[in-house]
Amino acid sequence: MTHYWFYLLSFIAIISAFMVVVSKNPVNSVLFLILTFFAIAGHYVLLNAQFLAAVHIIVYAGAIMVLFLYVIMMMNFKKESEPSKTTLSQFIATIAGGILLVTLTGALRFYDMPAMAGHADPGAGLVGTLGKVLFNKFLLPFEISSLLFLAAMTGVVLLGKRNSNTN
Amino acid sequence: MLTNRSQTVAKKEMTLVERLYLPAILHGMKITVSHFFKKKVTINYPEERREFAKVYRGQHVLKRDDKGAERCTACGLCAVACPAEAITMVASERKKGEENLYREEKYASVYEINMLRCIFCGLCEDACPKEAIFLTDRIVPSTFDRGSNIYGKDILVETMEKRIDISPRQTKEVLDFKTHKEYAHNKL
Amino acid sequence: MLSFVIYKLILVIVVFSVSLVVAMYSTYAERKVAAFLQDRLGPNRAGPYGLLQPVADGLKMFMKEEIIPDVSNKWLFILGPCIAMLTALMTGVVIPWGGVLSIKGHSFPMQITDINIGILYLLGVVSMGVYGIMIGGWASNNKYALLGAIRASSQMISYELAMGFAIIALVMHTGTLSVREISEMQTGWHWNIIYQPLGFLIFIICAFAETNRAPFDLPECESELVGGYHTEYSSMKLGFYLFAEYINMFISSAVISTLYFGGYHIPFGAHFIHNANVLAILGSVFLFAKIFFFIFVFMWVRWTLPRFRYDQLMNLGWKILIPLSLINIAITGTIMYLTGRIH
Repeated sequence: MTHYWFYLLSFIAIISAFMVVVSKNPVNSVLFLILTFFAIAGHYVLLNAQFLAAVHIIVYAGAIMVLFLYVIMMMNFKKESEPSKTTLSQFIATIAGGILLVTLTGALRFYDMPAMAGHADPGAGLVGTLGKVLFNKFLLPFEISSLLFLAAMTGVVLLGKRNSNTN
Repeated sequence: MLTNRSQTVAKKEMTLVERLYLPAILHGMKITVSHFFKKKVTINYPEERREFAKVYRGQHVLKRDDKGAERCTACGLCAVACPAEAITMVASERKKGEENLYREEKYASVYEINMLRCIFCGLCEDACPKEAIFLTDRIVPSTFDRGSNIYGKDILVETMEKRIDISPRQTKEVLDFKTHKEYAHNKL
Repeated sequence: MLSFVIYKLILVIVVFSVSLVVAMYSTYAERKVAAFLQDRLGPNRAGPYGLLQPVADGLKMFMKEEIIPDVSNKWLFILGPCIAMLTALMTGVVIPWGGVLSIKGHSFPMQITDINIGILYLLGVVSMGVYGIMIGGWASNNKYALLGAIRASSQMISYELAMGFAIIALVMHTGTLSVREISEMQTGWHWNIIYQPLGFLIFIICAFAETNRAPFDLPECESELVGGYHTEYSSMKLGFYLFAEYINMFISSAVISTLYFGGYHIPFGAHFIHNANVLAILGSVFLFAKIFFFIFVFMWVRWTLPRFRYDQLMNLGWKILIPLSLINIAITGTIMYLTGRIH
């Protein structure tokens, strides 16, 4: 049963991720990206990590992608305003993408997936377990990351303030 | 300062309680919910009817006299008096044998009021020397086309079977008004 | 296994149809409440007391001409109201609509599914709701619709934060993320509102904003934006948007009753009734009484308060509600520490 779900979700995830890159309309790209996130959240649920799945939906699909969509809607994408695609830029893009592909295949070639073995603790993704791990074992990194967020937030507020002054 | 109700407006600093807004919101909600239980002002029209004033000016009627003859003599004073120019008529001569149909020798063979133009001011009623046209407490029904709003004699003239009572309109004030010198012709 | 599937299927169908019927009659109730608060009578022609009015309205919506603007993005134009309706109906899944019925030794809880992160599921689905409005507004290719969609999205993101913080304080108090467990805790008069009054206030204000109801109905602000995000919509697609709003209202009322007002617990006299099934059904009746009261409050507020201005809305969200909800978290933590519940 789980296997079929896994293949279905992976299929959706890969197809919609492909469509993100391929689709001409940026709004369609964003919507396909949201679909990809949903498929990934489905994978989390399959791994019994409901908390992670819910947070993934709330944060990525529910907040960040809304902001993406917001920005794309505000900008007026038209055929004329598309950046020109010269042969040179296409050539460079192909080489860069090719190098990335080679690196990734090289890195993952001899890597076996321990997660597929299926001996993980079934309760590992639940809220209680996750909380205990976060606030005991990874307390310092957790708090440092919150400091990082605070710094980023202050920076954004400062930038916003300066803009409003010059205007 | 016509009504003595004007208030001087000052933009003063709000107190903390005022700035919380919640007391004001609750106060507003108290007011609205008190209206929830108040008597409703709606009148369910076809079933219930609003009581009209005695001198309400609604759809016109062309009266007949007691013998059933039309009072109108097509003098045209109503059409002249009409500020909206809603009344048109064609005068004809009474033939022999029509004495029981028309009171005077001249009568209106066509008498039309355009209800879309009429403003129900009642000047036609005041102008009529023959006590022929009156406004009544009937409401002019709405229609789907313009043409049917031009009322001819078939609608305006009352039938003897179903006479329209206009006596409530003849209040003391109205009768007094009609004794004025310029309306001397208009005595009953 | 099969009986389990059938039972769940029946439950899903019942919850969906109840949501739809309540939403349908909310439109009628809205018009009646509005009329009564304004000394009028409201719809009373279709059927006795106008009770068939929603049916007539629905029929009218279906019969109206379906218009898809030529310049719109057709797929997204259709997708918008679908998402709005989908997310509105999805929320009812985790709400416990009553206690546990036991028939012939089998127990049937009146909740479609009790996932252990029920509250996060609620937040997640609510955060999806904005897409229906955004996509519909953008796909209309109309400046009013776009402005409405942008207002809706920024408003919903802003108020989701304060709502989440209010819920965090509640979760700190209850110590669980499961909606059923939270409502199980509130037996008798131990309602969460007594322990979380500030959190409740923040939550209900955010619920008004999230459902796009007055005084926060800026996305469809008719005096500025014609019809807001659904300017270009007609027929049943418009009906879906309006309907989704009423379903959201129903679900929000259900969430408020469950999280803060004791859910399906009967606050008094529960020990007089010994039959568990009767108690469970009576609990559902009480829950629905609470829900209908909150739907009335939604309407009462709508017909009392004028609409916020946009900067006031943002100020309220970011400068008042979010700091207030953070303070609420701090207060909750302090009290829990002082009473020795955490150490």
